[in-house]
Amino acid sequence: MEAEAPGPQIGADEWVARSGERRQAGALGRARLWAERLPRPVLVAGAAAVVALVALVPVMTTDDYVLRVGVVSLIFALLALGLNVSVGFAGLLDLGYVAFYGFGAYGYAMLSSSKFGVHWALWESLPVILATSVLVGFLLALPSRRLVGDYLAIVTLFFGQIFYTIAVQGYRVPLIKIHGSHDITGGPNGIADVDDFHFFGVHLTTNKAYYWFSLAAVVLVFAALHFLNHSRTGRAWRAHRDDPLATQLMGMPVNWLKLLAIAVGASVGALAGTINAASLHGSFPDDYNTPVLITIYAMVILGGAGSLLGVVVGALTVNVLLEVLRTPDHARWILYIAILLALVAKVRPWRRLAAVLVATVAFGIALHAIVAAAWPRGVHGLVSISGTDFSKGGWLGWGLRHWLVLPGRTYEQGQYTWFNVALVALIGLVLALTMLRGWARWVVLVPTLWLAALVWETRLVEEGTGPTRFLLLGAILVVLMAARPQGLLGTQRVEIL
Amino acid sequence: MGGIHLLAGFDSFTLTWPYFFDQLVAGLTLGSLYALLALGYSMVYGILKLLNFAHGEVFMIGSYIGYFVLTALGGAASPDVPIVVLLLLMFAAGMLGSGLLGVAIERFAYRPLRSAPRIAPLISALGVSFFLQQLATLLFGSIPKQYNTFGLHNGSLFNRITLGNFQIQYMQLIVVVSAVVLMLALTQLVARTKVGRAMRATSFDLEAASMMGIDIDRVIMFTFFVGSALAGAGGVMNGLIFQNVNAYVGFNAGLKAFTAAVVGGIGSIKGAMFGGLTIGVAQAFATGYLSSAYQDVIVFALLVVILLMRPTGLFGTPALQKV
Repeated sequence: MEAEAPGPQIGADEWVARSGERRQAGALGRARLWAERLPRPVLVAGAAAVVALVALVPVMTTDDYVLRVGVVSLIFALLALGLNVSVGFAGLLDLGYVAFYGFGAYGYAMLSSSKFGVHWALWESLPVILATSVLVGFLLALPSRRLVGDYLAIVTLFFGQIFYTIAVQGYRVPLIKIHGSHDITGGPNGIADVDDFHFFGVHLTTNKAYYWFSLAAVVLVFAALHFLNHSRTGRAWRAHRDDPLATQLMGMPVNWLKLLAIAVGASVGALAGTINAASLHGSFPDDYNTPVLITIYAMVILGGAGSLLGVVVGALTVNVLLEVLRTPDHARWILYIAILLALVAKVRPWRRLAAVLVATVAFGIALHAIVAAAWPRGVHGLVSISGTDFSKGGWLGWGLRHWLVLPGRTYEQGQYTWFNVALVALIGLVLALTMLRGWARWVVLVPTLWLAALVWETRLVEEGTGPTRFLLLGAILVVLMAARPQGLLGTQRVEIL
Repeated sequence: MGGIHLLAGFDSFTLTWPYFFDQLVAGLTLGSLYALLALGYSMVYGILKLLNFAHGEVFMIGSYIGYFVLTALGGAASPDVPIVVLLLLMFAAGMLGSGLLGVAIERFAYRPLRSAPRIAPLISALGVSFFLQQLATLLFGSIPKQYNTFGLHNGSLFNRITLGNFQIQYMQLIVVVSAVVLMLALTQLVARTKVGRAMRATSFDLEAASMMGIDIDRVIMFTFFVGSALAGAGGVMNGLIFQNVNAYVGFNAGLKAFTAAVVGGIGSIKGAMFGGLTIGVAQAFATGYLSSAYQDVIVFALLVVILLMRPTGLFGTPALQKV
């Protein structure tokens, strides 16, 4: 008998045959393998320890801002878990997900606020809200159940838009044969004065209480989805995700599975919405619009669709990063640390890494010297530090001022034209980098890094609350899809066409 | 316009023929715009089976390019060149810029994902769409840019031609006629030319077409260029009629055009044109007779009803799924 030739087996696609090998590659893969070998009690104890550690945060800090960020992060974790059911488990692109989030918020706001003088306790309103959102999820998925997944995407995207329209326009709802119009959703101003959660004599009033409540919700939903994922239904979902046609041929009720995935996701989203409305004491339409949807998608994709732990980690990471972006002084660091990490991870050998870094620094200093000689005013610009003070910026600011070319009296006075050109040029350079190979890539990388720092300092840091954060989220989605579609903690999967 | 227009809301003014024709003309104008956009969605879907969410943003960028050409040539109030030349230049620049943008999007965001799981390019498209929207906000500011086309020739382009009960503004006529010309050109391109035949072959069966020696990458690139150029023309038209442009104009128009493509039968060129007109007229009548605030809800209801009755759209053929 001949020795079996190394390499993929006959009849098996090479990609499929090597999928086991690939899973072990890299630090994350090795960590995963190590975790899989741990006995179950150890895993459970470890998870309990992590949860306990997270639960201790309100004890360690009294800063209300930190607690508020914690509550929002946990709400986003809940949302990511819910979206993961339809996108990660069942492979359905649900773009109306944010509407269910809003549905929960508005539902709670209507049932427990002075808007209509109704003040239901949580144990009365929550079942109603969850049941209704499941029903709406069913109704939404119904027209698209016979269709390919793409139609579901468009119907749900439109549905999300409709929800927003109704929320904004809902202050003048015409009812047939009754003159005048009725205020239902409060319109653009939303519904304010929403009650705190109260159930069985307990009143949640502080951010600390909401933190613990959200944490409990995340843990419960996580556990429920974990068991669901390992149940018959969960296996059927994953089968549907990987090959809908084969699943149908195996006799699985595909339509029912789709409906169920959307509805389960919807109820989790609605739960997150109720917590958000109660902790904010209000429900406002702009909290439930497309940017939030993109944020949740970025979280799920970054963490790894299909992995429960991954999406929670993704949600916490993205939300904390976006929070840090709000302060220009902190945001500044993010870019440089991120660039440095990426370079260290991607540039080998270390001699080349050192060369790139030295060349980048030298490039900036040389350019600075040339501009200073030719046009002295061209380097008189200052580094902004907190939106109002354009002067110092510490030693990092000093370094940047002598490395970048910042013309005086430009962006302080809102004259952004040249920096806009730099931004577009930066995008062009980054795209060019993906096409270049060999030494040209390293040569182009140097001005790209310098330009990235210039654009970041002049154009992006200042708008950390607005376009910048969403620009980065959009870029994350595109880059991840091309570079690592399984996200940080997800598993690569095979799609057979 | 108040919110209440259901049943009890009609007054004598809205129930006249001139009002009806006004709505119809407005709907056809809007519809030809949606049709141009829907063609891009439909052509790309026909070939790649990809819903290009970024198409609406290409439309928005085209609209901005039109604005910058208009401003560079002296603005609407006192243009440096004759109006015909001005309009032609705006269309040419808008179409060229949008077309190149479309090609770039395909090259960098979709081509690497051609063999990835189907959900991957959709998410990438979503990311591109959002990225372009925010980039436009950052570059051009959040305040809408004013086309001010009313200033062209002292507003005479907004005068009406009257034929009995039927009235149409010159501007609406310009938009409808140029849309029809572009659509005719596209049909001829697809039906008569060599590259059109390659497009049809690729759309019919991508793999077989590539085995017959068709350069798939070039066909796809060309499709993106043509589709995006049509979107750019639509963007300029949008600016001409509604007189302003902002970073979010693409999202809503894209959603409607998308609906139009689905209603007409995605992948079908005839369907995209017909669907665009249907959605445009439906939206205009919904605004004029029912409620301007809830026009989107009415269009959505139309989409759901049509999908329930004819899942493949009005002109679509049910796809056979082979394994």
